[in-house]
Amino acid sequence: MRIAMIILYLVLAPLLGGLLDGLDRRISARMQRRVGPPVLQPFYDVQKLFAKQRIVVTNSQTFLMITYLVLMVFTGCMFYSGADMLMCFFVLSTAGIFLYFAAVVTDSPYSYIGGQRELFQEMCCEPAVLLTGVGFYLLEDTFETAKIVQADRSAIVALPGFFAAFLFILTIKMRKSPFDESTSHHPHQELVKGVTTELGASNLALFQITEWYENILMLSVIALFIINKSPWSIPAAILVVLAAYFLEILIDNTSARMKSGKMLELSWAVTIAAAGVNLLILILVR
Amino acid sequence: MGKVKRSPWLLHYDASSCNGCDIEVLACMTPVYDVERFGVVNTADPMQADILLVTGGVNSQSAEVVKQLYDQMARPKVVVAVGICACTGGVFKDCYNINGGVDTVIPVDVYVPGCAARPESIIDGVVKAVQIFQERSDAHDKYVKEHGESERDLSDPDAAAREGNPADFFDAITKTSEGSRDKEAEKK
Repeated sequence: MRIAMIILYLVLAPLLGGLLDGLDRRISARMQRRVGPPVLQPFYDVQKLFAKQRIVVTNSQTFLMITYLVLMVFTGCMFYSGADMLMCFFVLSTAGIFLYFAAVVTDSPYSYIGGQRELFQEMCCEPAVLLTGVGFYLLEDTFETAKIVQADRSAIVALPGFFAAFLFILTIKMRKSPFDESTSHHPHQELVKGVTTELGASNLALFQITEWYENILMLSVIALFIINKSPWSIPAAILVVLAAYFLEILIDNTSARMKSGKMLELSWAVTIAAAGVNLLILILVR
Repeated sequence: MGKVKRSPWLLHYDASSCNGCDIEVLACMTPVYDVERFGVVNTADPMQADILLVTGGVNSQSAEVVKQLYDQMARPKVVVAVGICACTGGVFKDCYNINGGVDTVIPVDVYVPGCAARPESIIDGVVKAVQIFQERSDAHDKYVKEHGESERDLSDPDAAAREGNPADFFDAITKTSEGSRDKEAEKK
């Protein structure tokens, strides 16, 4: 069962991630009253990026990007094999550090600032991500995802504050608009392309694929809040995940980029107010 | 490897344009023209771009920049000159401070005339460039198959010299696909 889940994740995550990315671009375009690219556009892009000549700025770049991808995939495999959730989040942070390294090994100031901001984003997300693990532990007495999905009730009933905090930092994790500090999808913005500035074509393709794996992993954590032992909770979780993704697209299209200091204040305030209060209540009720 | 023409990424550089053509290039991205429906992304990164759009004539200051942008782009790549200034130098052709069109510095594949070039004609030019991009990509695949992948390390200054001038590769391509097309045109 565990091995089947890992294989399913390995195969389906990039497909679903790419498809969601394509839908994202399509829906964004419709929100801006444009037709938008085909839904399969992200796959065309990655295919083209691999077909292009390989360019590296420094030799270690490719190694660092591959490590980033491998660690991200490894995190997802751990999560789907039902392993310790806290351990997943630690490996996830390690993966992020390799992206930072890949950005700062180059001499480009844009890439360097992008890397710095990537670390800053990690710092904004980390409390909420770790508290999510703690919340699940207090509720289910286990960090293991395999046991959490076997619970009698959906975790969201007892952990609404943690859910809200996680939903908030999802925008940062997905590098969406008010918090797209480290990279931007729009070239005219102030930081050009941030962390991806110095990535050649094939390395950018690796980055893109890693993003898909990461997005699916993050959305899986959202789903974990919903899923319980009843099979009906799975379609409910899918609906909630799609709604969360739509919310991200809406926020992306309706907000301008925020200053990094503001991002830290806001994300930590939301984490403390929502997840912190929820945590206190959980401890008191226990 | 497959159809790369579905995903042409543009790099736009203003060599000395009056901004007329630049506005029109940006107009292509707006909801009215929406080139993203062809998969076009206006990227700002030469290493990730496929099609170089240059507006304005080249002068002594921008010549080096145009050359550098072209060299930094990964193969296969296509160059489009947008606007009459970028094509020939336009009204500034014989000015002391203008070298002329973009083709005085780098090889140009598609010329889009107009002052300013209309968004419709820019899109036409890009669509034409996309065809060339596909042909060149097929040729690149063949090249890689025969000679192996040539990885370029930009931190190594001698690498470019060892690898040869990118323009040479361009010539090799023009002798095959492009050149034969010209001959066909002559026959007609």
